[in-house]
Amino acid sequence: MKSDKILLDHGSGGKASHQLICEILLPVFDSVTPADLDDGAILDIGGTRLAFSTDSFVVDPIFFPGGCIGDLAINGTVNDIAMCGGTPLYLSVGLIIEEGFPVEDLNRILYEMKRAAQKADIQIVTGDTKVVSKGAVDKIFINTSGIGIIEDGTHISGQNARPGDKVLISGAIAEHGMTILSHREGLKFESSLVSDTASLNHMVKKMLSVSKKIHVLRDPTRGGVGTTLNEIALQSKVGIQIYEHLIPIKPAVAAICELLGFDPLYVANEGKLIAVVPADDAEKVLSAIKENEFGKDACFIGNVVDEHPEQVFMTTRIGGQRIVDMLAGEQLPRIC
Amino acid sequence: MAIKHAEEYRDPDIAAMLIRKIHQTSQKPVRLMEVCGTHTMAIFRHGIRQVIPDHISLLSGPGCPVCVTTQQEIDTFIALTGLEKTIVATFGDLMRVPGTESSLQKERACGKDIRMVYSTFDALDLAKKNPDKKIIFLGVGFETTAPTIAASIICACREGINNYFVYSSHKRVTPALFALMEDEDVNIDGLILPGHVSVIIGTDAYRPLFDKYHLPCAVAGFEPADILKGISSLIDQIESQHPRLDNTYPRAVTAGGNKKAEAMLQHVFENTDTEWRGLGTIPQSGLKIREVFEAFDAQKVFAVKVPKFKEPRGCACGNVLKGTLTPPDCPLYSKLCTPTSPVGPCMVSSEGTCSAYYRYHSNSL
Repeated sequence: MKSDKILLDHGSGGKASHQLICEILLPVFDSVTPADLDDGAILDIGGTRLAFSTDSFVVDPIFFPGGCIGDLAINGTVNDIAMCGGTPLYLSVGLIIEEGFPVEDLNRILYEMKRAAQKADIQIVTGDTKVVSKGAVDKIFINTSGIGIIEDGTHISGQNARPGDKVLISGAIAEHGMTILSHREGLKFESSLVSDTASLNHMVKKMLSVSKKIHVLRDPTRGGVGTTLNEIALQSKVGIQIYEHLIPIKPAVAAICELLGFDPLYVANEGKLIAVVPADDAEKVLSAIKENEFGKDACFIGNVVDEHPEQVFMTTRIGGQRIVDMLAGEQLPRIC
Repeated sequence: MAIKHAEEYRDPDIAAMLIRKIHQTSQKPVRLMEVCGTHTMAIFRHGIRQVIPDHISLLSGPGCPVCVTTQQEIDTFIALTGLEKTIVATFGDLMRVPGTESSLQKERACGKDIRMVYSTFDALDLAKKNPDKKIIFLGVGFETTAPTIAASIICACREGINNYFVYSSHKRVTPALFALMEDEDVNIDGLILPGHVSVIIGTDAYRPLFDKYHLPCAVAGFEPADILKGISSLIDQIESQHPRLDNTYPRAVTAGGNKKAEAMLQHVFENTDTEWRGLGTIPQSGLKIREVFEAFDAQKVFAVKVPKFKEPRGCACGNVLKGTLTPPDCPLYSKLCTPTSPVGPCMVSSEGTCSAYYRYHSNSL
């Protein structure tokens, strides 16, 4: 890593984050290899396979259209377990609260967590609270960890994509990231954007009930669809070809991205999944996604290919071709 | 929200029609330069190169404001962050640009108060909300952004806000085009002129350039059909040997430009000789704050001196900005110089030519 200081780029979910993980973290914790970097760990305990995952939530603003830091923290970890093919069961919650934080806001966050947990059908079974002095955190940070059981016959990993597989997405992209951005201080335009935060475990359960052959599941959070597809291409050593005209995006999201010079392919989602599925099963998996309330706009967006291994290409609307690289660092709004 | 999306300019059928026309008309190899960094990015993002004939070369020009900002200026920006009771406000693109020792992003990580703003009026708001601090806005950009910065200075003056300052590194597009035309290494057959800048300055601003050099010119927008229309116009002009100053972006650009914005710009700024990274000093190509507004001029108010900077060895950004080399011709490209550790300015900005090549170009394309 070239930088001697941690920069915001290292938290962007893109190349800089990968550098931080692969060059600083993994050499210390050598029980994990880069190829193992799925959304959670898969553990075999006495013949039972468990998915185990953890995630921390530091979103600003803490309340935003479509959700708040509370339900986001539940949905995020539930989804990470679901993306391992696991049925999420139990969650822990760690709260780090800044002194002076309004109890009313805390209550609102906790009730949203409860509601999200009920909706996802999981139980919060343990937790921890810390209060720190003013300025030591920004209002409230939340960590959630969770476990779930993986049924026999389910083998999902970023390493499993094979040429010929179909790439599916469960709905329109870039909604969470652009909602958060448009509600940050400093951006003064009205927008109708709503975060897509949602737990996807019920969707995944249905998908696994129609096909045991799903190869990869990922929720394209930080770094967006572009970065997630690159991770899959790298882990599986395959090429991925997607089609611009097939990628669903709402006009308001596209318009704000354009205004700020953001590429929606690199903007965070919090209630979407990407599935890589053998062609034979693609139709029935797609139908299963569409049955779910959060998967109505699901569609096919591309193929896994032999060509250009470890790279993602996109056919543009006018029939041109471009590389979709991994996000380098935080996307920055442009000057003109 | 009331932004009308430019869906019709992305229509594959309209694009296909323009692509056919370009293929039918274009006979001989040509070198076209897109002056603007946003065009460079759009050409890659839409995959324009793969749909036009191979003998049409698209070269990028000096139209990425971050890329042409000198290292000396970047070092000065970084030095400004070290002043007491100061908040430096900037557009996002500048955050990652490396100075000699550091970058704004790294300085922020060290605790300097650097705010990324989306509009210069956000910087003005910062000044109102922090009366005990000095707010220095880093003014980088072309005629597109300069009018809003002029407006913020007028506003600060009217409202008596005395803790708001602008460091103006603004540049003008047309003097750079004259300098390019005079450079004997530069070899181009037509210019794709910038859409956003032209909204402000109007197509008439290019008239002296066109009258002097008779080079085919087309002002173009940024959607696929807009860019293809621009290319198609240039190919028509070249093949028929009838150069014109064509406006292929009439839904946004007029002959006279935006008079109000232009007047505001003239009211606050005056032309000055300025240095462009990679191109050297170009007469009358910069915008400095007029004396009557000098109380807002960070260059006058804050005496920050930084050592003279030497361009990194082997960096070919100057040639890339003139279109005499493409990024892969540079010995540093993709080896020592990448978007995560850029050496030259063209790799830094998301709209820089090298960064665009690195992100979107592959030998297999």
